[in-house]
Amino acid sequence: MSLFLVALLPFLGALLPGLMNSAGRQACAGVTGAVTGAALIGLLTNAPAVFAGQVVTARIEWLPSIGMNVNLMLDPLGFFFACLILGIGLLIIAYARFYLSRDDNMGEFFTYLLLFQGAMVGIVLSDNILLLLVFWELTSLSSFLLIGYWKHLPEGRQGARMALTVTGMGGLALIGGMLILGQIAGSYDLSVILERRDVIQASPLYVPALLLILLGCFTKSAQFPFHFWLPHAMAAPTPVSAYLHSATMVKAGIFLMARLWPVLSGTPEWFMIVTGAGLITMVLGAVIALFKHDLKALLAFSTVSHLGLITMLLGTGTPFGVLAAMFHILNHATFKAALFMSAGIIDHAVHTRDIRRLGGLRRLMPITFVIATLGALSMAGIPLLNGFLSKEMMLEETLKTALFGSPWLVPVLAVVGSLFSAAYSFRLIGHTFLGPVRDDYPDAPHDPGPGLWLPPALLIVPVVAIGVAPFLAEPFIKLVTQAVLGSTAETPYAHFKIWHGLVPALWMSVIAVTGALVLLALHAPAQRLWDAAPRPEAKAIFDRIIDGAVTAARTLVQPLHDGAFTRYGAIMAVTVIAAGLHAWLTGAVGPAQYAMLPIGPLSVAAWLMLAAATGGLVFLHRNRLLSLILLGIVGLMVSIGFVYFSAPDLALTQFTVEVVTTILMLLALNFLPNTTPIESTVLRRTRDAAIAVAGGLGAMAIAYYYLLRDPVAESISAFHLANSYKGGGGTNVVNVILVDFRGFDTFGEIIVLGIAALLIYALTEALLDGPVRARLLNRKPDQPRGGDIHPLMMVVLTRVIMPVVLMVGFYVFLRGHNEPGGGFIAGLIVSIAVVMQYMASGFSWASARLRYPYHGVIGTGVLIAGLTGMGSWFFAKPFLTSDFVYVRIPPFEKFELATAALFDLGVFFAVVGAVMLSLESFSRLARRAHVPDSDHPMDIDPSRENPEQAVTAKSHTAKEV
Amino acid sequence: MELLVASAIGILTAAGIYLVQRLRTFPVIIGVSLLTYAVNVFLFASGRLAIGAPPILSDAQTYTDPLPQALVLTAIVISFGMTAVVVMIALGAYLGADDDHVNDPADSSDTDPEAAK
Repeated sequence: MSLFLVALLPFLGALLPGLMNSAGRQACAGVTGAVTGAALIGLLTNAPAVFAGQVVTARIEWLPSIGMNVNLMLDPLGFFFACLILGIGLLIIAYARFYLSRDDNMGEFFTYLLLFQGAMVGIVLSDNILLLLVFWELTSLSSFLLIGYWKHLPEGRQGARMALTVTGMGGLALIGGMLILGQIAGSYDLSVILERRDVIQASPLYVPALLLILLGCFTKSAQFPFHFWLPHAMAAPTPVSAYLHSATMVKAGIFLMARLWPVLSGTPEWFMIVTGAGLITMVLGAVIALFKHDLKALLAFSTVSHLGLITMLLGTGTPFGVLAAMFHILNHATFKAALFMSAGIIDHAVHTRDIRRLGGLRRLMPITFVIATLGALSMAGIPLLNGFLSKEMMLEETLKTALFGSPWLVPVLAVVGSLFSAAYSFRLIGHTFLGPVRDDYPDAPHDPGPGLWLPPALLIVPVVAIGVAPFLAEPFIKLVTQAVLGSTAETPYAHFKIWHGLVPALWMSVIAVTGALVLLALHAPAQRLWDAAPRPEAKAIFDRIIDGAVTAARTLVQPLHDGAFTRYGAIMAVTVIAAGLHAWLTGAVGPAQYAMLPIGPLSVAAWLMLAAATGGLVFLHRNRLLSLILLGIVGLMVSIGFVYFSAPDLALTQFTVEVVTTILMLLALNFLPNTTPIESTVLRRTRDAAIAVAGGLGAMAIAYYYLLRDPVAESISAFHLANSYKGGGGTNVVNVILVDFRGFDTFGEIIVLGIAALLIYALTEALLDGPVRARLLNRKPDQPRGGDIHPLMMVVLTRVIMPVVLMVGFYVFLRGHNEPGGGFIAGLIVSIAVVMQYMASGFSWASARLRYPYHGVIGTGVLIAGLTGMGSWFFAKPFLTSDFVYVRIPPFEKFELATAALFDLGVFFAVVGAVMLSLESFSRLARRAHVPDSDHPMDIDPSRENPEQAVTAKSHTAKEV
Repeated sequence: MELLVASAIGILTAAGIYLVQRLRTFPVIIGVSLLTYAVNVFLFASGRLAIGAPPILSDAQTYTDPLPQALVLTAIVISFGMTAVVVMIALGAYLGADDDHVNDPADSSDTDPEAAK
């Protein structure tokens, strides 16, 4: 099966559990298992090639310009990890099916699990490090969802946030490190990077890259000092702990260290940091684990310790260290996942995980006892189990490792780590299963059904099999080791066997196990000593750091961002003014290149009106209706300015938009207060005025200077003027630009306009469904209503004028390509014609005659424009390539047929629909608040038999006027 | 003439900035409208001022710059859409809370419920 499919299957499959949720738990788990199983089978079909020494690849170019491609590769290392992820994943899914209770949303759980699984498979199959980073972040996100799955538990939420914070920060560091690495190597493809060992290690950027990458790996794999998040992540359901925190996610950091081993390892920096951190983590984790009472916490710290062990082995930089590390990854994944599942079984049956409340379970839960004991003994490193073999190899490796010039430091610490490791393993067995049967269990202990014990039992099979017959795993582990080493070294010649003779490593093992038994006997006093000893609590430190960061962020952001819109406005204005001032003071201004145009009396008059209206707005804005009128004057003056300065299209647009904006504002003012009260102090108003005057002066200065000088770069306008007729077939260059040269822009803009209208519609609907509805119904109009809301004269006039306006709209639309006009303007004109009907004859009368809903009109417009654009595909041209012909049908004049006109039709419909939908939404609010609307177009209609009837409801308001 | 246009832009901008800093929604909306005029006129003017030279191809020798006009034309229509949305939001806020202040009340700081525990 293609690697793409293997990586993609879990993501695609993530859609299924949610869909199957209502089909029952069995179906839900079944479909998840089927997806994982299919991916596993797909992976295994590649096994023959991998074992034959080939590297299976699959490539798609995604963003080749920045070196980001979907390149997947499968070598023995990736194959090894992918098998662990998918294989253990399958067992976890079976286990989770029986573990989750009926109250848990199983579809949600399995969706997250598959997302996580896909991301992990993606990491181990990626050949491109940028792609790897994407998957890396995805594992952080999906594990956040999984850890916080029990949303009702505060520990779950806090643990999930802590994990996300730590691994997310590490992820950011990793991005930086990987980018540096890619820069040094000159490629983002792993297969290329792995060949550039000398270049990378010689680069001055090697150390920063190494530090950043290791930060990412250490946070992910819970290495000291970032180990603290892992135990807190144990608030997750046990299947998650077993999957993420034993076999997969925490191994991602290890995987990456192994993957990049050929290029990063072997330097003193690598050795000191990786071995040092691994060693500390190993000992620290093991010591803490011994004194934890929660089974899962014990296992969590033991995981931390074992991850430290693997890290330390990778740090040594020798091929034998890598061999031991790879072997231990396999062994740890098997026995630790089984142990986690056993802890889950005990929790499930006895309803506690506290070791102090357990004991004597061996008779009550014999199956669990066998599974857990074998797992724990393997963890302790007892012969005939797989943990023993890799631990021996580890001890042997430490004897050859000298840290800080001391040949004793590493072996001694390794023995201490092993000693505590054996001790907590013995404690797990002894204090949980051995001893007398108690009578105060929270619940009656019993062995679970096979659904719960079979998955861990299957994992114990390799634990014993490899332990007894190590040669089974040897060829595969050596293959993986060779994949890690790449071309840098040969796989060490060492046989996996139980009996090596009386070598030092065996004596070290014996010391560790004996010491562990002594320590277990002394556990009670040791525990008292431990509890009495002061030690830093990682969570408290973490919380303090987070609180500090939050406080720092608040002090920085609050003064700027305190929820006061006026403040943002002021800050932004001041910033822009300051930037402009800086540019003005530091830049140079050339001499004026143009003479000023002469000023005529008419233009002075228009300027005076504009200035007066704007000034009036500032001083009279508290009277809202008046300010609306003044705003209309400003708009009108701007339109006149457009006419004067040779922009007829703009003038037409501005003028029609002015009409609809005013209607819109009037509809809104119907509800808003009529006046604005004086609230700000004189000082504040002075301050605002100062900012405003500075801003105005700045805008004036930049406009004035710019208007008399040439721009720094040549404008592209000449092209448009030259090609408008030749290429676009129209003489109105503005319209040709809109529908042809920059048609794609226009297409986007009509979509935006449509979205804005739909947003307004949706907001209205939301308002009318909520508590606002009742308020509107009870609302008393604050102004006296007119007695004759729909006057006869206006109704008759608007109806007479309707066809005329439509004809004008049609005419403006048709001439648009060659003369001022076009879809935008025609759309606005037709909207005004329709709005007039609403205003004159009333909302219900007009809506009753509405054939096509406005949503549909918007959609039609966008569709017509889009389909016109796509039409050019049939002629193998890019989207929105236009064409035109001139035809002549006698007896008419020769005329033009252009695809651009069809596009303009789309613009027209979109504009009509958007404007009408917005205005209609506003008037729906108004309608809700009013006294019942009349179904008749006119309040007083002589043609009706009882002309007064319709207005009885309004007559009393009429009298008040 | 350029001075007139530039000063008109300045006046519109100044009035816009002042009104945007008022405390109620309606003057803020008026202020944003004024700023829209100012920006549109500025963009339009960046194609230079020309009298009697519309960009309609004919026998004329000179035409004004058509590109800013095309940009401003769509900007006018879009700004209508944006004004409508902002007015709707203002209206919804006023109808929902009976309050048309633009600033958050001082006491509603966004404290983290988790941290408060």
